[in-house]
Amino acid sequence: MSDIAVQIEHLKKSYGAVQVLRDISLSVATGERVVICGPSGSGKSTLIRCINRLERHDGGRIVVDGVELTDDVRALRAIRRDVGMVFQNFNLFPHLSVLENCTLAPIQVRGMSKAAAEELAMGLLARVRIPEQARKFPAQLSGGQQQRVAIARALAMQPRIMLFDEPTSALDPEMIKEVLDTMIELAGTGMTMLVVTHEMGFARQVADRVVFMDGGEIVEQGVPAALFANPRTERLQNFLGRILQG
Amino acid sequence: MSGLLRSERVRAWVWQAVILGGLGLLIWWLAGNAARNLAARHIATGFGFLDNAAAIPIAESPISYVPSESSYGRALAVGVLNTLKASAVGIVLAMLIGTAVGIARLSPNRLASVCAASYVELLRDTPPLLQLLMWYSALQALPAARQALHAGPVVLSNRGLILPVLEWQTAHWAALAALVIVAGFIWRSAARWRWALLCVPMLVWAAMGAPFEMERPVLRGFNFVGGMTLSPEFAALVVGLVVYTSAYIAEIVRSGIQAIPKGQWEAAGALGFSRAQTLRLVILPQALRVILPPLASEFLNLTKNTTLAVAIGYQDIMSIGETTLNQTGQSIETIVLVMAFFLIVSLAISGGIGVLETRLARVGAR
Amino acid sequence: MIAALRKTLFGGWVSSIVTVLLALVLWRGAAGLLDWAVVRGHGFGATPAMCRADGGACWAVIGEKYRFILFGRYPYEAQWRPAIVIGVFLALFGVSAFRACWRPMLGLVWVGALAIVLALMWGGFAGMEYVPQDSWGGLPITLLLSSVGCVLAFPLAVLVALGRRARSMPAVRAVCVLYVELVRGVPLVALLFMASVMLPLFLPEGLNPDKLLRAQVAIILFAAAYLAEVVRGGLQALPRGQYEAADALGLSYWQTQLRVILPQALRLVVPPLVNTFTGLFKDTSLVLIIGLLDLLTAGKVALADPVWQPFGEEVYLLLAAIYFAFCFFLSRASRRLEAS
Repeated sequence: MSDIAVQIEHLKKSYGAVQVLRDISLSVATGERVVICGPSGSGKSTLIRCINRLERHDGGRIVVDGVELTDDVRALRAIRRDVGMVFQNFNLFPHLSVLENCTLAPIQVRGMSKAAAEELAMGLLARVRIPEQARKFPAQLSGGQQQRVAIARALAMQPRIMLFDEPTSALDPEMIKEVLDTMIELAGTGMTMLVVTHEMGFARQVADRVVFMDGGEIVEQGVPAALFANPRTERLQNFLGRILQG
Repeated sequence: MSGLLRSERVRAWVWQAVILGGLGLLIWWLAGNAARNLAARHIATGFGFLDNAAAIPIAESPISYVPSESSYGRALAVGVLNTLKASAVGIVLAMLIGTAVGIARLSPNRLASVCAASYVELLRDTPPLLQLLMWYSALQALPAARQALHAGPVVLSNRGLILPVLEWQTAHWAALAALVIVAGFIWRSAARWRWALLCVPMLVWAAMGAPFEMERPVLRGFNFVGGMTLSPEFAALVVGLVVYTSAYIAEIVRSGIQAIPKGQWEAAGALGFSRAQTLRLVILPQALRVILPPLASEFLNLTKNTTLAVAIGYQDIMSIGETTLNQTGQSIETIVLVMAFFLIVSLAISGGIGVLETRLARVGAR
Repeated sequence: MIAALRKTLFGGWVSSIVTVLLALVLWRGAAGLLDWAVVRGHGFGATPAMCRADGGACWAVIGEKYRFILFGRYPYEAQWRPAIVIGVFLALFGVSAFRACWRPMLGLVWVGALAIVLALMWGGFAGMEYVPQDSWGGLPITLLLSSVGCVLAFPLAVLVALGRRARSMPAVRAVCVLYVELVRGVPLVALLFMASVMLPLFLPEGLNPDKLLRAQVAIILFAAAYLAEVVRGGLQALPRGQYEAADALGLSYWQTQLRVILPQALRLVVPPLVNTFTGLFKDTSLVLIIGLLDLLTAGKVALADPVWQPFGEEVYLLLAAIYFAFCFFLSRASRRLEAS
């Protein structure tokens, strides 16, 4: 277990002629909470999706917990076991109950017994405050509840790093708080988190560092209080102006 | 080495090699057996047999064919033409009837829509082969040639429907050429008087002497001579397939029309269009785009179903192929030819509909 | 209510003409049919001579031939066995019509039922005499060919559908596309001919599968191509997020397919699956062309008897009624399954 959770060096990615990530270098320490923000199309989602290989990077290096991310199947499996991801659209498995959603991966990938997995899952569902929904199906839950199940499902794999891809963007406003509260509680336990989000309040409260991206590059990064109070570049000033206006 | 095996890409290629290798082994084994069995039965391979004289009697043929003189190649060509003849006529008629039934299905007239629905349900829930057999036995029940039914120069008996045929002359070729040119002009031009040009072919024909000799069917012995005969086999095949396929086309047209949002009907109604006008000018042009892909599928099904002709004695490519196969023993080559024919037709139909789709997409895109 | 009916039937002058014409045609047709079938029709006791006398329907042909049409050349005393087989199939179809029953267990029920059916047809145990395949015939053959065809084609179809979507293995994808397009481009008649004429050619000397097996192989390969397209439709309908979530959790390819993707995809395409089965049920009638004794062939062979030859319409109507009953039920079931 190293000090550096995620090390990204000179990362590049293109979709055909469009270059989505230009020479990104970022280092995330174990236990650090990093919020990545920026206008749409800045490549922030692509960046974190490269970390667990949902996208293949074209150039540069990604090292997760000391293991480099390459075409090596064993390395990939090890990384995916230790990195959990929460999606904007939840992506729960509709044909399985809430409990089964959470126990599927521990049983299949980590080889846990059904009883142990269920115990673990119930504990996590209690932590995200919906243990009574265990036997229900995702379609019967509200958006906020579904996203909390998604967080519990990712945590069931006992990851060392959690990635969040705009976790509240698909939620109705009244449900955003319950999900953010869950994420704040998670941050309090010392989990390494990389969160792509527009929720600046969350960033201010929890983030150790905020990274501002635009046009495929990291423009500015720093402690949230300083960054929001004194944005140095014009791009960040414009972005903050637009965000805080809306 | 083990590091290499852990790469995703290498694994993918290894899996492909294993699967393809397995298939390759299977094919090699089958081919080996075939070669051995063919040699044991002294059957040659290759397509040389196509030049041999064919002892296949063929009842109807669009091109000249003489049994025991013409080659197997020619016999198969006759089969291809017979299949294409039945398919072409079938596709056009099925399209017309199917569209009418599909529209009737959505008619506010309760009787019409119930009739159309029953028509579709009855025809789709019985096998096409059974329907063909029923039509054929009904046509067999027609009176014999000597007691044939006459409607003017048209004759109907259990030997088929015989129509009088125009004796084609140069004047007619000229008129046809004029018609094609005029049609092309009408299609492209937007001039108001362009429909009047249709009298040009008539004038051409009149100028060249206006020949109009009809060859009428005449009873000689037990059968009729002259005129154009539609055999009961051809008629049963076409009628049976048209009726069967029209049921499927009706459903396709119906769901195509129902796919158009109700707002289109309402807007057209608000503009004062009648139901028929709305259908013709607003709904059908849009529905056409939804209808084309499954329609291509149905046209192909009709063409494939013409092979059912084997059961009622119409000599399509399958029937002649079977006889060829039995006579020459060259089963592999014959089947390959037959399958190649159908694959080419399948490509042609999908290609044709694909071209239509792109043209529709360009014109009047949403 | 009468007023509403009048409005729909006689709304405009076009509508009125259509109504009058249709009513006329239907009346003449129904009256003619009733006259032929019932009024002048002869019941089961009639002789062919009596029937020929006034041209009415001769239902005696059915009384005479129904056992042959339904059971083929199966030994007379043992015909209770194919009768039970038909009952098993009816029960199977009935159970499958309910969405609630569509669980993985259903697959096992189908396989189990088919095993029972085959055991009953062959016999050779528990006091039942052994009956070889060439004596089988009629409705059980139709049911067997279509059911065994679909059940055995299904795993192949799933593999081909998955293979067609394998982005990392272009050669496998090409093979799957080739197989599907080839089989869908040629008529089933051609495939049946291939199987019946060419199969012995491709097998080692001495291995000569019987006609039923050859037809069954052709039908399995045929069904698999069409089922593969149906399954592929289901796979395509699933949102990418499902694949991504499974990947992010670390599930392997086969774990993802078996536990996340296929359960959802297959559930989505149950109605088209039933429709494909219905089509296959009708298509088994094509074995007439290779001389296998299914329901349709049995009817035709029954008519070859010179005594009963003129009464084709009665037999064809019986066959049509049987096929219609099955297919109508199956299409209604498909619609029910779609709604729930």
